[in-house]
Amino acid sequence: MMRALLLALLLTLPAAVFAIDAEQAFEDPAMQERYERLTRELRCLVCQNQTIADSNATLAQDLRREVRELMAEGKSDQEIHEFLTARYGDFVLYNPPVKPRTYVLWAAPALLVIIGLGAAMAVIIRRARAARDNPDSLEADNETGTP
Amino acid sequence: MIPELGHFALILALLLAATQAWFGLAGASRGNVAWMRAAQTAVAGQWVFLLVAFGLLVWSFIQFDFSVRYVAMTSNSLLPLFYRISAAWGGHEGSLLMWGTMLGTWSVAVAALSRSMPLPFKSRVLGVLGLVSVGFLMFTLFTSNPFDRLVPAAADGNDLNPLLQDFALAIHPPMLYLGYVGFSVAFAFACATLIEGRLDVDWARWARPWTLAAWLCLTIGITLGSWWAYYELGWGGYWFWDPVENASFMPWLMGTALIHSLAVTEKRGLFKSWTLLLAVSCFSLSLLGTFLVRSGVLVSVHAFATDPARGLFILGFLVAVVGGALALYTWRAPALKSEAGFELLSREAFLLFNNALLIAATGLILIGTLYPLFMDAFELGKISVGPPYFGVAFLIPMVPLVLLMSVGMHASWKRSRIGPLQNLLLGLFAAAVVAALLVTKFVYGEVHFMGVVGFTVAFWLIASTLVEPIQRWGAWRTLPAGFWGMTLAHFGIGLFALGVTGVESYRIERDISLGVGETTTLQGYDFRFEGTREVRGPNYQAVEGTVVITRDGRPVTTLRPQKRYYASGGNPMTEAGIRASLRRDLFVALGEDLGAGKWSMRVQYKPLIRNIWLGALLMALGALIAASDRRYRQPVRAAVPKAAGRMAREGAR
Amino acid sequence: MKRNLRFLIPAALFAALVGFLFFGLYNDPREIPSPLIGKPAPSFSLESLANPSRRVGTTDYQGRPYVVNVWGTWCPECRREHEVLLSIARTRAVPIVGLNWKDDRALAQRWLKELGDPYDAVAFDPEGQAAIDWGVYGAPETFLVSADGTIVHKLIGPMTWSIWQEEFLPLINSPGGRS
Repeated sequence: MMRALLLALLLTLPAAVFAIDAEQAFEDPAMQERYERLTRELRCLVCQNQTIADSNATLAQDLRREVRELMAEGKSDQEIHEFLTARYGDFVLYNPPVKPRTYVLWAAPALLVIIGLGAAMAVIIRRARAARDNPDSLEADNETGTP
Repeated sequence: MIPELGHFALILALLLAATQAWFGLAGASRGNVAWMRAAQTAVAGQWVFLLVAFGLLVWSFIQFDFSVRYVAMTSNSLLPLFYRISAAWGGHEGSLLMWGTMLGTWSVAVAALSRSMPLPFKSRVLGVLGLVSVGFLMFTLFTSNPFDRLVPAAADGNDLNPLLQDFALAIHPPMLYLGYVGFSVAFAFACATLIEGRLDVDWARWARPWTLAAWLCLTIGITLGSWWAYYELGWGGYWFWDPVENASFMPWLMGTALIHSLAVTEKRGLFKSWTLLLAVSCFSLSLLGTFLVRSGVLVSVHAFATDPARGLFILGFLVAVVGGALALYTWRAPALKSEAGFELLSREAFLLFNNALLIAATGLILIGTLYPLFMDAFELGKISVGPPYFGVAFLIPMVPLVLLMSVGMHASWKRSRIGPLQNLLLGLFAAAVVAALLVTKFVYGEVHFMGVVGFTVAFWLIASTLVEPIQRWGAWRTLPAGFWGMTLAHFGIGLFALGVTGVESYRIERDISLGVGETTTLQGYDFRFEGTREVRGPNYQAVEGTVVITRDGRPVTTLRPQKRYYASGGNPMTEAGIRASLRRDLFVALGEDLGAGKWSMRVQYKPLIRNIWLGALLMALGALIAASDRRYRQPVRAAVPKAAGRMAREGAR
Repeated sequence: MKRNLRFLIPAALFAALVGFLFFGLYNDPREIPSPLIGKPAPSFSLESLANPSRRVGTTDYQGRPYVVNVWGTWCPECRREHEVLLSIARTRAVPIVGLNWKDDRALAQRWLKELGDPYDAVAFDPEGQAAIDWGVYGAPETFLVSADGTIVHKLIGPMTWSIWQEEFLPLINSPGGRS
């Protein structure tokens, strides 16, 4: 009983508290911008869906520090991503990598649009033909004067 | 005593819902008028008891009754009155009771406001709504009873999550639920149509104002959530593509498709089975959303306390309701054919494109949200799909949609008659491109490709919505509410697109640390940190920073961001300081005290962001105006057969 | 008949969706499997918790299987598994190396003194650098490293006797486990 209450307590307390980086910003604004972008693409693994930029969880702070150090060492974005995925898997990336297992995911938007527009076109062409061949069908109506 | 009464009222509501379902459906199939009328009485009864139950729950909150477990979990002796009331729907159990009450409210409204509907059809609608109510109330009573007692009673409650102690967020769930639940009306209409095997499309006309009403509530609900997230969470974002956000967005997109599809079905009798499927799907997505938020299947900041047992119940409920409706669809849909034709650039064609793109958008959000689950199920590992993906993916159907909108709204029914307007629209497009280039270069200083695309699309849409009102300048009084509603809503989308483009392409966000007297500059605005002081609230203590903003030496404003520490404990809350205007927001949130007077803070310049919410509100207002069109209050005239033969025979059946 | 089949598509899609959701109910979306399984254990060399002048590292255990247990005094589940770890240590099956994560040295030392010390040695990682290298995201976590230095298993969450027997012991006793 108490445990259920404690659990409920934990779950009703704010889970998403946004943090602001306490570290000193990079001197080079381009580096700082890159840092801010990188940390917004990386997931905080202990949080309920937040980036490491926004979370104040200890792990998020540690990972932000890690990103800074890697940047200071001159690592590229790609290398930083690889460093983290080697340790935490692809879960840590909010931008899912393009791999065979995510082809469906990345192809889906364009595919859905093409299929949808294609199906719509097919119906339109069929109806336009019907309209051409049978002018009565153009008149078929349920009411008039509606927007 | 009070909670027990509430519990009892809830049980009575369940029984009445079951009565409503039985008399509604069985009465209609047996042609028993007494039964059918009884269903309407049952609806009213159910609603009354639900109101009683909900009222008693709220009363328990107002009276600090910590012997009720739910009250103890989500309230506190220091909680101000308004938030004690809103705490009633702040947690899982209470929010479910609100769901049920909303469902009862919509049901009673349908019963009361549908005088022109034939009794058997109306009874079936109420019967279906009754079945849904039964499911919901059973779920509430058996797994999530808000009236459960806590023995021994708690001395004080845990407190309402401080994040929820905010006006916008208090109203956000009720609006959302009104929307989600409101789609059940269209769903019930569709089911009744399928049950009856109706071949006519009267249902579409009846369903349209209800769908508009539900949609506008959902629009407001989502908008409130987005706006709240922006000013409350200290992060300055307005949408995160979190699974629960997506769960609310999908019914919205499908609802938009439904509104447009209903227009075609109502007007020309076309796409009957498609529109029925959409009506079923909208509510199904609402239920899916409920499932996702409460089952623990996906990781989300919004999720309620999760429990696989509850998840299983909702899933079962989902299967019963949606499965049942889809079974009806599979059975009846093949018989629904129509012979109407239309030309290539007719309104029907554009609305078909509208639907295709909206469904594509809904589909891609569903796939993106559930993809981690798919991969997990096939043991392909764990991935995350977040804003970087959705931000790109969503534009793929949306940009074409908004472009087509600018043309489609001028299309005529049946025939391609864009011709005369063609030159005007092309001219406006060219003007939009030029305007976009000018704005990006001279207002924001950088010609960013997506910025130009976004501004072009937005400007063109805005201009396009103004064409007809301007052309029909003298005849405004003759134009129906439906026209004004549509124009306003589309204009709202234009503003929305403008806002999104501005913010996404030209925002500036900086995390910096400032000591007292130090300044940072963003887009020509100087932010000077003047230090902090302590302030006190009803149930919190706060550190308040002072940031003075000037531009070229002239004062713009003084912002006072706070970091609040609530008496009930937990993490501190950030209250951002925001200077708002339609042109741009200036945003400051306090971070950490770094010692020696230095504080880390987040400083942001957000161009055009207010247009996002203003646009959304205009969409909702447009829907309200459209729904008030007098034509929905007229009884349905028998379909006048314009063509001889089959159409007449179909209509008569 | 064929034409009517396409009306089954929505129902079929829905059925598939429900299947996935059902799976999802019993699946923990937040449990992240380690990409390090089957890879060489990342090396670390840290100060010993007990004695700052001594060091504890992966090289100390080269050539034999060992267990790495990540813990902290701030972690309530670590307290729950502590008894089990003591029992495992008594069996002397493999050495248990502790990785004290993001903790206070004095508190950690007192904890071991009060509750018992199942560890062959404890590495002190206040910065969390080694933990990141091992892909640690929560405590407690327990790794099994084989004799040739490969991570063969990772447990997320508290150790229990049955998990030890069912998941760890078979791997230790298998041919690849022992040297």
